[in-house]
Amino acid sequence: MQITPLGDNALVLEVGDVIDEPTHRRVQAAWRALTAAPLPAVNELVPAYTTVTVFYDPWAAVQAGAPEQNITDWLAAQLRERLKNPPKTEKLKSRLVEIPVCYGGEFGPDLARVAAQAKLTPEEVIKRHGKAEYLVHLIGFAPGFPYLGGLPKELQTPRHAKPRMSVPPGSVGIGGEQTGIYPLATPGGWNLIGRTPLRIFRPEQHPPVLLTAGDRVKFRAITPAEFVQLEAQEAKLQAPTSKLQ
Amino acid sequence: MLTVRHSGLLTTVQDLGRPGYQQYGIVVGGALDGFAARAVNLSVGNDDNAALLEMAQTGPDLVFDQDVLVAWGGADFAARVNDEPLPRDRAVRIAAGEPVSFGLARSGLRAWLAIAGGIDVPLVMGSRSTYRRGGIGGHQGRTLAAGDALKLFEPTPWAKQLLATLVAGRKRAVAWTIRPDVMGKPARPGTVRALRGPECDWFTKDALRAFFSAEWRATKEADRMGVRLLGPELALANPREMISSSVNAGVVQVPPTGQPIVLLPSRQSIGGYPRLATVVTADLGRFAQMRPGDPVRFVETTIATAHDLYLARERDLNRVRLGLARLTV
Repeated sequence: MQITPLGDNALVLEVGDVIDEPTHRRVQAAWRALTAAPLPAVNELVPAYTTVTVFYDPWAAVQAGAPEQNITDWLAAQLRERLKNPPKTEKLKSRLVEIPVCYGGEFGPDLARVAAQAKLTPEEVIKRHGKAEYLVHLIGFAPGFPYLGGLPKELQTPRHAKPRMSVPPGSVGIGGEQTGIYPLATPGGWNLIGRTPLRIFRPEQHPPVLLTAGDRVKFRAITPAEFVQLEAQEAKLQAPTSKLQ
Repeated sequence: MLTVRHSGLLTTVQDLGRPGYQQYGIVVGGALDGFAARAVNLSVGNDDNAALLEMAQTGPDLVFDQDVLVAWGGADFAARVNDEPLPRDRAVRIAAGEPVSFGLARSGLRAWLAIAGGIDVPLVMGSRSTYRRGGIGGHQGRTLAAGDALKLFEPTPWAKQLLATLVAGRKRAVAWTIRPDVMGKPARPGTVRALRGPECDWFTKDALRAFFSAEWRATKEADRMGVRLLGPELALANPREMISSSVNAGVVQVPPTGQPIVLLPSRQSIGGYPRLATVVTADLGRFAQMRPGDPVRFVETTIATAHDLYLARERDLNRVRLGLARLTV
């Protein structure tokens, strides 16, 4: 395992160099071992595809006993020790989250483009996209944005050369070999094949996001009428947010 | 209560950020120069993390409905109270109803205004920082607008006593200043110190040399997420794609255009571009003040030196903190 500084207040633990499930499990195991009990001076842990990044406060590290001239090695030794003797944690329960998606039409303006690229009918694209099971490798880019693994090869479609200025929230997109869901209205270059009425970013809840790293995801096709109905339900859930502000 | 008469260009409520939520894709954010924010908070007896105002380029016009103790610092704004200059880097008294106006930044870009007690907005995910893109935190998750009224928390007994002393002595401001820009071991003007980043070996030797020797210019593509720089093209030795991973404030990432971007506190949690270098925390505040065309050079340093610089600033701030606590006001 490699430990590299990312500036003077973060260390990157690298547990693999490919995007796959065994690496994901190692990331999750390291993440759980380090979050199970607080480490001195560490204020945040961020998992990604092959890494866990440990953010720390150098001042707090010195207060906790780190030698001023070598805070990095002191903290790295603590991390290695913790990972060698991980505290007992509950077995990881993988959640399966079903995401309703209204495919095509105004909800998925690029469905035809993906179908043409795959030499399939739009119906077949929807079927295959919905049949696959996806793994949430990590969350990032935007609040709650899931980096999903498991897109069927034939559905892989290059990004748009010119990104859209604004992608509606809930849009389900394909960008190269990746697929994901846009939580907020943002610019984006992925091919939009559908939209979910579920809110991906849920600031009034904890965790404040629908999906977290390690979740499994399946997409279920819904009609525009179902979309409208589910969207209204979601809007009711959102009401408490106004109290936050 | 603080009332906004004119909002300024981009005035927001900030504290030291929202750590702990990057795993959900939520940015840390917070004051773009956290150390400068801590210094003005300290001047008015606040906790380091108290919520304050951050302004950029054009500051706000404000009025308070009670006598308050405030402190501001950062860029050189033409700040005035009742048409007199509003002294900076120190505790200043503002009487109820006196108009406060920050005007334009004459040099630099951003400043921070702390008010004794701190701004009373709800905690969202443990922070009062405005996160505009997520529409949360600060005042209704957005930049301030004319007519907004913000509540204030109760000042500390120390701050109340200091305000009373100023009122009794008919003084506008205290005699002492707190200058975060001279604390620790500041970099020479126009330079920042930086470490090699995790992917520095991906670049050609020429690119690495160019990065640490060229004079870079800030471009107008700059916001709270980062500043894009203009200079020699930084090429990879071999074309390769990075597996997306964490980034940090101070990371210098290089997209395929070869023009680097220095990431600031409102950066994303995850990035997919090679990380050539990282600016040391002690010098990162320089980028919060950079205008399009401003020059900067990167001086290579070691992680041990970066920590030394970090600790030196903390030590100086602590010394000031202890001095203030002993101050009889």
